[in-house]
Amino acid sequence: MSKIYNQTKFNFNILTISDLTQSSLDSNAPKINWARMEEADNFAKTVKLYRQGKYDHDSFRRFRLQHGAYGTRMTSDYAMVRVKLPAGEIYPAQFEKLSQLSEQYSIGSAHFSTRENIQLHWVVLEDVSEIFRSLAEVGLTSREACGNSVRNVMCSPLSGVCSDEKFDSTPYALATARFFLRNPMAQSLPRKFKFNFTCCEKHGMVRMVDVGFIPEIQQIDGSEQKGFKIFLGGGLGNKSFIGHQLEDFTPEEDLLYTSIAVVRIFDRLGDRKNLARNRMRYLVNEMGWEKFQNLVLKERAIVRATQSVVTQLDVDTTPVKIRRPLKISDESGSSVPDGYARWLKTNTIKQKQSDYRTVFLTLEAGDITSNQLNALANLIREFSSEGKARSGFVQNVALRYVHEDDLVKLYSKLLETGLAKSGALTMTTPIGCSGTTSCNLALTNSHRLAKEIQRKFLELKLDEDDDLTDSSIKISGCPNSCAQHGIATIGFFGGGGRFGKDMYPNYQMSLGGRFDGDTMLGQTCLRVPAKRVIPVILKIIEMFKENKKSDDTLKSWIHRIVTDSEDSNIKSINDIKKILAPLIVPPTKDVDPDFYLDYGSDTSYHTKTGKGECAA
Amino acid sequence: MCCLTKSVKITTDIDSLRSEIRDKSVRVIDVRREGDYKQDHIPNSVNLPLATLLSDDSPERVLKLVNSMGIDDETPVVVYDDTFGALASRVAWTLEWIGHSDVTLLETTYSNWKSLGLENDSQIPEISNKEHSMNLQSNILATSDYLESAKTRDDVILIDNRERLNYLEQHIPGAVSLPYRTLASGDKILRSKEDMKRLLDNRSITGDSEIITYCGSVGTLSGLAYYALKSVGLPNTKLYVRSFKEWKNLQKPTEKQEDASYWDLSAE
Repeated sequence: MSKIYNQTKFNFNILTISDLTQSSLDSNAPKINWARMEEADNFAKTVKLYRQGKYDHDSFRRFRLQHGAYGTRMTSDYAMVRVKLPAGEIYPAQFEKLSQLSEQYSIGSAHFSTRENIQLHWVVLEDVSEIFRSLAEVGLTSREACGNSVRNVMCSPLSGVCSDEKFDSTPYALATARFFLRNPMAQSLPRKFKFNFTCCEKHGMVRMVDVGFIPEIQQIDGSEQKGFKIFLGGGLGNKSFIGHQLEDFTPEEDLLYTSIAVVRIFDRLGDRKNLARNRMRYLVNEMGWEKFQNLVLKERAIVRATQSVVTQLDVDTTPVKIRRPLKISDESGSSVPDGYARWLKTNTIKQKQSDYRTVFLTLEAGDITSNQLNALANLIREFSSEGKARSGFVQNVALRYVHEDDLVKLYSKLLETGLAKSGALTMTTPIGCSGTTSCNLALTNSHRLAKEIQRKFLELKLDEDDDLTDSSIKISGCPNSCAQHGIATIGFFGGGGRFGKDMYPNYQMSLGGRFDGDTMLGQTCLRVPAKRVIPVILKIIEMFKENKKSDDTLKSWIHRIVTDSEDSNIKSINDIKKILAPLIVPPTKDVDPDFYLDYGSDTSYHTKTGKGECAA
Repeated sequence: MCCLTKSVKITTDIDSLRSEIRDKSVRVIDVRREGDYKQDHIPNSVNLPLATLLSDDSPERVLKLVNSMGIDDETPVVVYDDTFGALASRVAWTLEWIGHSDVTLLETTYSNWKSLGLENDSQIPEISNKEHSMNLQSNILATSDYLESAKTRDDVILIDNRERLNYLEQHIPGAVSLPYRTLASGDKILRSKEDMKRLLDNRSITGDSEIITYCGSVGTLSGLAYYALKSVGLPNTKLYVRSFKEWKNLQKPTEKQEDASYWDLSAE
C-alpha cells in the first residue's frame, strides 16, 4: 500500500471534498467482521415466541444475555444492548451507525463502558433485533457481551503507541477475541470470563481480571522470543482478588494453549450452584494458587498434546497503515483557542512514534450524544493517521496517531462538538457505573455523582494539578464493582444510610487501590453520604497538601498511609477517618432536606432493586 | 385479506416530481417559514408555512387555504419541508382530512434536494383560485374523547412518537414508544416499505388493529408516523392531532417509568 507522505504530488485544485471522503472511507473499512446477520432474525423470532409464552422466562433470559441484551431497571420491556469493541477498536462507519442507532432506538446518547463496550440503553426489547441488523452492516456484534461467556477481549488503548511496551499486543487481543467468539467451548461457562491485554506494567489492568497479559520479550538462544506475562484469577466484585502470575514468561505459541487450558479448568471445576461466588477467582482462592497453577500447567500440556490439528491464534501482524490524512486548507495562520494548553496537558500522550500523540476525549461518565458520535467519525477521518479510534479502560475513547501539527485544529473541532473538555487523563474524570439510571442492582445514582464531581473539579481546575493526575476516583452504585471502585485511589460504592426513620443515599469509601504493577485493593475508610462526597474528597486533597513531601502525588501519599509507611501527622486510615468524621454527620431533614435526596431525584430516597443478571 | 396490504402511494420520488413540475401537472407546497421560502424553493411551489395553517385549522379555513393555492379535487399535491418530513406530513394529513385524496410527501427534505444540486429559484408563482369540495374524513382524526374510549378496546394500538426520554418520563397510559427518528432512513424521510414492515411486525403492529399516533403538541412527528404506517398498508390509522399537550391540559391520566433516573444517562 502506498504511503502518502508527500502531499505535494497531488493537485489540490482538482481534488474535491467528496473525493477525499470517498478515499478515506475505503481505507477506513473495518478489518474484521464480528457479526452474523442471521442472529438478528433469530433474535426477532425468539422475542416473538417469548411474548407468545412459547419460551420460558429463564431460557429466554439466557438467550437474550448470550446475544448481548441486558435487562433494565424495574422493567422487562426494555433492554440494554452492549456492543463489543474487541481490543477497543472502532472505525468511522461504526461510529456513524452507533450515532444513528442511539437516536432511533435509545435515548439519543450512547455509553462507553469500562470494558471497551459501547452500550445503548432503554431499547425496546422488540427493537433489539433491528439494532443487531444494523450493527451487522458495519461488522459489529453484541454476541457474548453478557451472560456466561467470554466477554469482550480488552486491550490497552495505548497498545502499539506506548513507549514502555515491549511490542503491540493488539493483534493477539483481536485473535483471542476471534477464537473464543461463538466457540462452543465458551457458550455455557459457570460464569462470565474476561481477558485483558495491556501494553505495559504502568498502564496495567491485568491483575484484576480472569486472565491478563503483558507483552514481554526474552532472549532465548541469542534470538528474541515474543511472549507474555500471564496473570490468572484476579477480579473485582462483591469480593475482589488480585491475579497471580502463572510463570516468568509464556512464549507466544503457548498463549492460546494457556487460554484454552484455563477456560477448560474453569468450565470443569467452576461452581455452577453458588452463583454469587462462582467467578474463577473464587475457584483459585478456594483451591489455593499453587494447586491451581499446577493444574493449569498440566492442562496446558494436555491441550497442546491432544489438539487434533495444530491450533494457532490467527494473529494478523500486518503493520498498521499510518497515513496522515490530507488537508485541503492551510491552517498555519489559525489562532490557538483558549484552553488549548490545559487540554494538551491533561488529554494527550506522546506516542513512541515521533511527531504523533494519542488524544483522549473527556466524556461525562462515558456518555456521548448521537451528534458527537457522528462528529467523531469525521474527526477520525480527518485527524487519525491510523483511521480508527480506540476505546479505553475508563469509559473513554481515544484518537491515536494525531500529528503534532494537527492538534490545534483538532482541538478547535472538538470545541465545536462539545468534546474539548480537559482532564481526561486525570482524577477529575471519575468512573461512574450506570447506577439507578438503568441498572436493576443499583442502590444509588453513581452515574450522576461521577458527573457532579467532574463538573465541580473542572471548575476548580483540579485537572491542572500535577499532584492529582495519577490518582483516580471510581464510583459503583452497589457493592458489585462495575465501576472498579476497588482499584481506585478513592473508591466508592453505594448503599442506603439511615438517620432516625429517614433514609439517605450513602457510599462506602475506600482508599489506596491501584491497578498498575503494584496492583492492590483499596482499604475501607468510612461511609460518606452522597451529598457529602465532594466535600470529603476536597478535604482529603487538603490533608494531602498539608502533609505531602515535595515529590509526592496524592496516589503516593495515600499509598504510604495504607501500607503503614507514612511518618507525618496522618499515619493511618484511622487518622483520616477522624478528620473526616465531622463532615459526614447527617443533618435533620428539616435543616437540610436535600441531604436525603439522591442526585437526579426529587423524591425521598429509598433503596429499591430488581434481580441482577450478572449471574444468569 | 389482500385489501389490507394494498399499496398506497405515500411519497413522491425526486425524479417523478421533477418531471411533474416540468409538465405542470402538480401543485407543490413548501411548508417552511415564509422567509426561507422567499429565498429559494422548488420551482413553482407555493408557500404554506405550518404556523399559518395551525393558527386556525378548522375545516372552513383549511378549505379557503386550499382554494387559494389553486387546488381542486383533482389536483395532485406534493408537500415538502426541511424538518425530516414531519411538518409536511401535518399539512398533507390536513388536506387528506378535508377530503383531498391525491396528496403525497416529497421523499426527501429540501436541504437534501438542494445538496443534490437540483432546481430551485425564488420566483413566486401566480396562482388563480380554485374550488375544492369539502368531504371531511373524520375516520383519520382522533380527538381526546375518541381516544379515551378507544383505549379501552383490545384492538387499538396507541403509538407515542416523541423521543424515548420524553416517553419514559410521561405518556398516555398504554401507549407504545416509537420515536420519530425510527421512521427515517438515510436521506429518505421514511424507511423502505420492507424495513418499516419488519420493524412494525416485530412489535406486532399489524393490519388487524386500529392504530392511533400522537406526539408532543401539534401532530407533526405523529403525522409522519401516520404516513409511515400507511406506507406499509395499515389501513386503519388515525392521528391524535392535538396530541400530548392537549391530553395534559385536559388533566387526563398519564403514566411514567418509575424508580429510574434515566435522564442522567443522557449526555445532552
